[in-house]
Amino acid sequence: MKKEIISIHQLRKDFHVGEVTVHALRSVDLSIREGDFVAIMGTSGSGKSTMLNILGCLDKPTSGSYLLDGTDVSNLSKNELARLRNLKLGFVFQSYNLLPRTSALENVELPLFYNNSVKPRERRERAMAALGAVGLADRVHHMPNQLSGGQQQRVAIARSLVNDPVVILADEATGNLDTRTSYEIMALFQDLNAKGKTIVFVTHEPEIAGFTTRNVHFRDGSIVKQHAVENPGSAREMLTTLPVETD
Amino acid sequence: MNITNLSKIALSALMRNKFRAFLTMLGIIIGVASVIAMLAIGEGSKKSIQQQISSMGSNLVMVMPGSQMMGGVQQGNASSKALETRDVTAIREACPSITAVSPEVRGGGQVVAGGNNWPTTFYGGDVNYLDIKKVEVKAGRMFTEQEVNAAAKVCLIGQTVADNLFGTEVDPVGQTIRFRNIPVKVIGLLEEKGENTFGMDQDDLLIGPYTTVQKRILAITHINAILSSAVSEEATTQAVTEITAAMRASHRQAEGEEDDFQIRTQAELVSTFSSISDILTTLLGAISAISLLVGGIGIMNIMYVSVTERTREIGLRMSTGGRGRDILMQFLIESVMLSVIGGIFGIVLGVVASSVIGNLTGWPIAVMPEAVALSFVVCTAIGIFFGWYPARKAANLNPIDALRFE
Ligand SMILES: Nc1ncnc2c1ncn2[C@@H]1O[C@H](COP(=O)(O)OP(=O)(O)OP(=O)(O)O)[C@@H](O)[C@H]1O
Ligand SMILES: [Mg+2]
Repeated sequence: MKKEIISIHQLRKDFHVGEVTVHALRSVDLSIREGDFVAIMGTSGSGKSTMLNILGCLDKPTSGSYLLDGTDVSNLSKNELARLRNLKLGFVFQSYNLLPRTSALENVELPLFYNNSVKPRERRERAMAALGAVGLADRVHHMPNQLSGGQQQRVAIARSLVNDPVVILADEATGNLDTRTSYEIMALFQDLNAKGKTIVFVTHEPEIAGFTTRNVHFRDGSIVKQHAVENPGSAREMLTTLPVETD
Repeated sequence: MNITNLSKIALSALMRNKFRAFLTMLGIIIGVASVIAMLAIGEGSKKSIQQQISSMGSNLVMVMPGSQMMGGVQQGNASSKALETRDVTAIREACPSITAVSPEVRGGGQVVAGGNNWPTTFYGGDVNYLDIKKVEVKAGRMFTEQEVNAAAKVCLIGQTVADNLFGTEVDPVGQTIRFRNIPVKVIGLLEEKGENTFGMDQDDLLIGPYTTVQKRILAITHINAILSSAVSEEATTQAVTEITAAMRASHRQAEGEEDDFQIRTQAELVSTFSSISDILTTLLGAISAISLLVGGIGIMNIMYVSVTERTREIGLRMSTGGRGRDILMQFLIESVMLSVIGGIFGIVLGVVASSVIGNLTGWPIAVMPEAVALSFVVCTAIGIFFGWYPARKAANLNPIDALRFE
């Protein structure tokens, strides 16, 4: 059995808005092992993003326990959480979230800046390597506004990879992209997963979820169903079946 | 994250909004420039006063009749006694700390030559009078001992008087003028000294033997003052002690009795006027410092705007491992950069402004290195002080709230 990266037990998250209490997550149990490529699915408002934010140590649960790579995160200080995010987690957001007017290379270098053990030379080399891995070796000095949406998302993926995290968390990473580009991004994630990277991927598109190895369904803040994907499709193969765009 | 990286980030953030950064700096630029210029002007005027006072004579120690005055109020009830020539003799004999001593007699009056007349003051002194008062003879000669003894009707003429009586064409030396209707021969022309800081024309005078002024013109037996030169500036105090003793002996004053004369020194005058000018400098500096404060508030304002604008960036930085401390430092460095770069421009502007004002006023304007160093320290402090709250606001953001901020 592979090592358990994420272990969640009886996790709850309530939001208080004025008088109303929203139960975004109600008693969630979840276990994710090394090398898993998990799709978190569900309708809008079912608690997927809330789950992912807690997994990413960006938000704290109301109750319940969360072990990340063997560490209980509930008792960690703000600084320790920042360090954990820096070393163990990589994020990919729906809206890319790149620093404006900052080159692709510098965007990718960002997590390494907050890691004092990485020297400037190594930082540059690792950022170049990460950009190479997402196929943007020839775009390193481009600014975000000089890149297409798909390319920007690749930069964001390179950024999430660069510190070699134990898990990559992606929230609707293909949500802003067209079908072809979505497949390209999914192909990239599949490659990363094939190399052993653990990925948690929030989506509400079953088609996209079909490229992962395991699907977890949320409804009203609870997991209603989870199953392994039998014969996950290859995004790269699917790309070849797409009709060539002609104008 | 280390300081170099943080500085790079801060600098590139500023470069993204160059014009806004410049406008923000403007407050600091104007504040620092005016502080530096005001201090330079204050220091310059002080130096100019000191120069003027030292040009009044060489380590001058003056004895005047009357008991000690404080702020124009007579202290005690000691009587005052007129000064006489034997007091001069007493001082000359008893005081080793002085190099020269001369009586001074002066009287105002109308001076006439040809068709022109002019109101001026006739000063009388001994043969060393010019040395004590640091006045040079430009043309002609100084009067002699014999002329003093004989109360000869001769004088040296100041440039202003010469110009008004004779114009620029005629050589005044050798001419005869009438002061209060008494004919006096001009034997020399004095070197120009110009106006002093108090606006007094130092060339509007006649100088002659004190005997002449005393007997022939004013018809008095006393003298107005005794001027003497201490051997050095440091010897001034010693000279005052010696002169006091000599004067008390000469006036036969009993022990415990208050002095019936007063002594003024050049050093005293310098320190009086220096302290007046120090007060002025402080006042001007304080007023300028207020504009520096306003500049600091401008920085604080723009830093708040910047933090709000970049909330998502802050969220992203936190999500990639930025700690509160890193965010705090990033914004703090940004505000310190704003104020320090503004400060550098301000120093340059202040130095330029000082030298322009120096050229206009003719004062020996001196930009004080202390003022420059202080501006630097103050600017850094302003950056930290006014950047602190906005930076702390950024650092205390919740990662998820910052990321979701719209
Ligand atoms: N900061 C918040 N304050 C109050 N309520 C919140 C907050 N964040 C989320 N919620 C509530 O929690 C519930 C779950 O939200 P969440 O964003 O996790 O949904 P989701 O599954 O990601 O939906 P979508 O697919 O539309 O992104 C929703 O009902 C939402 O209104
Ligand atoms: Mg969501």
